[in-house]
Amino acid sequence: MLLLSYLRMKLLTHNMLTSHVKGVTKGYPLLIKATEVKLTDVDFNSEFVSRMIPKIEWSVLVEAADTLGHLNDLPRDLPPDYESSEDFLRKVHHVLLEVEVLEGNLKCPESGREFPITKGVPNMLLNEDEV
Amino acid sequence: MKRKELESCLQQVDVFEKPKLLLEQYPTRPHIAACMLYTIHNSFDDIEDKLVADLGCGCGVLSVGAAVLGAGLCVGFDIDEDALEICSRNIEEFDLKNIDTVQCDVCALVPERFSNKFDTVIMNPPFGTKHNKVQDLLTLIFGDVALWFGTCCLCCSKPSCRCRLVRRDVDVSASVGRC
Repeated sequence: MLLLSYLRMKLLTHNMLTSHVKGVTKGYPLLIKATEVKLTDVDFNSEFVSRMIPKIEWSVLVEAADTLGHLNDLPRDLPPDYESSEDFLRKVHHVLLEVEVLEGNLKCPESGREFPITKGVPNMLLNEDEV
Repeated sequence: MKRKELESCLQQVDVFEKPKLLLEQYPTRPHIAACMLYTIHNSFDDIEDKLVADLGCGCGVLSVGAAVLGAGLCVGFDIDEDALEICSRNIEEFDLKNIDTVQCDVCALVPERFSNKFDTVIMNPPFGTKHNKVQDLLTLIFGDVALWFGTCCLCCSKPSCRCRLVRRDVDVSASVGRC
């Protein structure tokens, strides 16, 4: 019986997560330390990718992809006319939705607190003394 | 996909095996889930190719529905790992690639980080009939959520089972109808 083998954390999700340990003012971005990464195939939708780009922190996405070794030739700076470049959008699609972290942890940049990722699910719950 | 098809589909979703009283766990019924999702999908176009958050996703009935309707990505948030385990089983059985889940306390989410990120928030949160404090927190979150979580928030309230749609830009609660 297969349990929890299907879950993972996409980099789009990572882009939203922040540490809220008590006293921490700068809990973003969380540093990814991955012990297991998986690549998957997701249908490409240029409009969705194009709309997500302004919503995300671009440098955080680049850093995360780089940390995982899947930056490839994604540019570190956002090109001004990205909406019209399918080639570019496909690269963004790949890192946003197709690179998945199965195991590892997310580290708060300020407190150093590590939030484990188990079977693709990041656990952001704090202990009582951290709240 | 027709609403009835969606409802049939959601009937296949596995639900809580041992619902936890303290967390007020109960599954969103397939009929009402289908009503909710179908309305926001068809009437407001807020599901397909959108970034959706499911707060208190539990076993994932709403997330599965959103994913099946073509959400770009649906992120389910829940505090309980047992619920998330069932949710993952559902994701696998439905062979869905557009759902992520995060284990966390939604009351502890940082608003600024989420403002304007998600297009839509869907939820059927614990109503708090047993724990007023939880209810207060969730009412607070729900109120805040309507303001800073994208453009649309749909909340299903337990007693009357009436879907409430709160739009950020209009800032008015309107009943979508009784399911």
